[in-house]
Amino acid sequence: MSGHSTYEPKSGLERWLDSRLPLLRFAHDTVVTFPTPKNLNYWWTFGGILSLMLGLQIVTGIILAMHYVPHVDYAFNSVQRIMRDVNYGWLIRNLHSNGASMFFLAAYIHMFRNLYYGSFKAPREVLWILGCVIYLLMIGTAFFGYVLPWGQMSFHGAVVITNLLGAFPVVGHAITTWLWGGFAVDDPTLNRFFSLHYLLPFMIAGVVGLHVWALHVPGNNNPTGVNVTSPQDTVAFHPYYTVKDGFAISVFLIMYAVFVFYLPDALGDAANYVQANPLVTPAHIVPEWYLLPFYAILRAVPDKLMGVLLMFGAIATLFVLPWLDTSKVRSMRYRPTARLYFFIFAFTCIVLGFCGAHAPDDLVIPGVSGPQFLDANLNSFVWLSRISALFYFVYFWVVTPLLGLFETPLPVPETISSPVLSHPASAPAGAVASPEKRG
Amino acid sequence: MADTVVGANPDPHASGSSLEGEDPNRRDFIHIAAGVAAVGLVGGLAWPFIDQMNPAGDTLALASIEFDLSKVVEGQQVVVKWRGKPLFVRFRTAKEIGAAIKDNHADLRDPATDESRHKPGKAQYLILVGTCTHLGCVPTFGGGDYGGWFCPCHGSVYDTSGRIRKGPAPKNLEVPDYAFLSDTKVKVG
Amino acid sequence: MLRKAFAFAALGLALMAGPLFAGQALAATTQAEPRDIHWSFEGPFGKFDKAQLQRGYKVYREVCSSCHSMDLLYFRNLGQKGGPFYDPKYANPNDNAVVKSLAHDIQVKDIDSDTGDVISRPAGPADKFAAPFPNEPAARASNGGALPPDLSVMAKAREGGPAYIYSILTGFVAPPKGMTVPEDKYYNPYMPGDMTSAMAKGAKVPEGGFIAMPPPLTDGKVTFDDGTKSTVANEARDVSAFLAWAAEPKMEERKAFGLGAMIYLLIFSVLLWFSYKKIWKNVSH
Repeated sequence: MSGHSTYEPKSGLERWLDSRLPLLRFAHDTVVTFPTPKNLNYWWTFGGILSLMLGLQIVTGIILAMHYVPHVDYAFNSVQRIMRDVNYGWLIRNLHSNGASMFFLAAYIHMFRNLYYGSFKAPREVLWILGCVIYLLMIGTAFFGYVLPWGQMSFHGAVVITNLLGAFPVVGHAITTWLWGGFAVDDPTLNRFFSLHYLLPFMIAGVVGLHVWALHVPGNNNPTGVNVTSPQDTVAFHPYYTVKDGFAISVFLIMYAVFVFYLPDALGDAANYVQANPLVTPAHIVPEWYLLPFYAILRAVPDKLMGVLLMFGAIATLFVLPWLDTSKVRSMRYRPTARLYFFIFAFTCIVLGFCGAHAPDDLVIPGVSGPQFLDANLNSFVWLSRISALFYFVYFWVVTPLLGLFETPLPVPETISSPVLSHPASAPAGAVASPEKRG
Repeated sequence: MADTVVGANPDPHASGSSLEGEDPNRRDFIHIAAGVAAVGLVGGLAWPFIDQMNPAGDTLALASIEFDLSKVVEGQQVVVKWRGKPLFVRFRTAKEIGAAIKDNHADLRDPATDESRHKPGKAQYLILVGTCTHLGCVPTFGGGDYGGWFCPCHGSVYDTSGRIRKGPAPKNLEVPDYAFLSDTKVKVG
Repeated sequence: MLRKAFAFAALGLALMAGPLFAGQALAATTQAEPRDIHWSFEGPFGKFDKAQLQRGYKVYREVCSSCHSMDLLYFRNLGQKGGPFYDPKYANPNDNAVVKSLAHDIQVKDIDSDTGDVISRPAGPADKFAAPFPNEPAARASNGGALPPDLSVMAKAREGGPAYIYSILTGFVAPPKGMTVPEDKYYNPYMPGDMTSAMAKGAKVPEGGFIAMPPPLTDGKVTFDDGTKSTVANEARDVSAFLAWAAEPKMEERKAFGLGAMIYLLIFSVLLWFSYKKIWKNVSH
């Protein structure tokens, strides 16, 4: 899409098609000759991995829908029937349920790679925002999908999350009733969640199309963050990156297969093997691991509405990130201070995940009865989530804008092909000593 | 229309250049009216599409129950089923009400006054959703140290106002939405 | 510099806190860690011990099934590949003679096709394991208000799986001093619960909870046909293994398929790696 097309129809049929619908030209220009920076490392392979995971989830999902029954009386047993009686049903179901986790894992790596190398910055803001839209749709899809097996965690997770909307004043109650189609999560709810779970992946696929389009206008960012300046900086996507992505996909599949074949339930919750029962609440309602950080932010605030707004704010912040970052340097390779904060931020997200997995009143350090501070024990997960949630927002709204204004970045190479510093003499001592080695 | 200056009007088929002498306000009106009608059409279709998700007739039929309180004797409780859950309807004694009010400002896990848990002037009738807020077992009346409910599953103790006092449950027994239809008749839900 | 120092301090603190996030249950609910026992079906190459599954089925049939249903199990499952009574002679488990005779011992409800009356007839391989009670209220009424849970996927529905089941079955102990045990309840340290309100004031609160199921197994309760000594431990171990099989009858198929998939993917990765190296040979990057 950028630059002129080098596609030449080889046969009469191709010429015929090309003058009517230039589909092969489009494919040729986007996945064959597309000029791609030659210095992309393995962190750049997750785009391809994500495309594969989306495709795999859609295919396995369509197959599962052939056997699944979205009715409160049959949903649980129909999933068990898939595991027990349907030919290879256990494989397809394990691929789908663990696939969701793998999809999110790849998405998170993709997003953190983006943050580290500043890929969201101009001229790729729209590309980044489309990615955030995909992420939101993924969260919705995962939530609806988790309800379908109709286990205890499915049911009570749905109750907890749909009740969040009840936090909104005045209209909250009407919204939850509308969403449930009744007065509690019940059969109508399960049915519509199934319908939406089937719909959303195709919307994701649509936005992925836009995402790839938006990628092909400015082209890929790269680990140096420096713009492509000459044809020497790039290689054709095929075969150079098809084979590299292919290798990365294969390694990723090995890890995926370990979960599917040897740890199929490791990422799930035992309570979901108990059929949903509205009269019995599990001791400990937790979402799947990939949503735990947001769950922790939600529960960090004693006020339900504030918690909901803060949780949505955490995602909304991502959308405006391109305008929060004031640094002209894209890649954190040349921003040692920013890099440090980036790793603290990544660690904070993991800490938030741990907080989300624990009851708020649990003690962080077992056996130590910390001092009471305001409304909770200072040694409890509620305070740890508050501190971590605070840093989450501080990182985006304070650290990111200020760093760009005050930090002194290392010298940036002029082109991709000459990653050697152009003025080594002027570089501060010690700065050259820490080149990033990442693939 | 062919003599329209090139570039001034990109659409050569657009009518209504002033050459025709048509009243411009009148001309716009028909477009606006058509636009409004289109929005109305979309809106008129959108509402059925949205409203279909609200509770259907069969769901609404089971949403609320009416209950005659005269069936409950003082000091007793009746359990009825409502929306798939047990509902406690309790006729409290003066002693129980007194104990509940006395603890209004005690150290409560889920602070609530006794007045907020019954209808004004009807302190004797306490209506609660009878599932323990811990794991949803059904608590039994008359156990525990607070004269209220005791959950046999994990030992949560509720007082005579249904407030959690001891044990693992996080919240008070839930008070459903209900209203008095007459002096002795309530509609729950 | 100050910024940097602050950042390092924060990172250090965070790293120190890291190892402390040990898994914890809800503060008030406690239970003892399930006993550590070895299973033949553990690990990537683990397989079920057929003889053990057969003994386990006998324990379930003679002891557990008087209160616990297994709604997801059919008699034919017993004879399918990987099942306790699988016989390679019968590709279709419905033909398996042992399964037929095991099913025949059980009566199931049916409708007489001539009269429409409800009748009892001997089960066949295509029938479900018959539930001991017709419905939930009946099950509760016969068990002091407690509902004996369905055991079909029990080994997956509890943290610890078969080890948890084994621990519960062998874990009944005399209640410690100062504990008031309610009528028709039994103290079991492996059962999740909160003993705070059951203990006398000042007494140490033990782990565990009350369970409505009386100790179901005793020495010699089941006579094993293969001569295995029927101690409580053996009975509990065998029935736990049987429930682990029942929770995932396709486990052996999963692991076998997985082995092939892993080998294939490894070879595929190696091939792609060399292909990648070859294609990129002349690109300096």
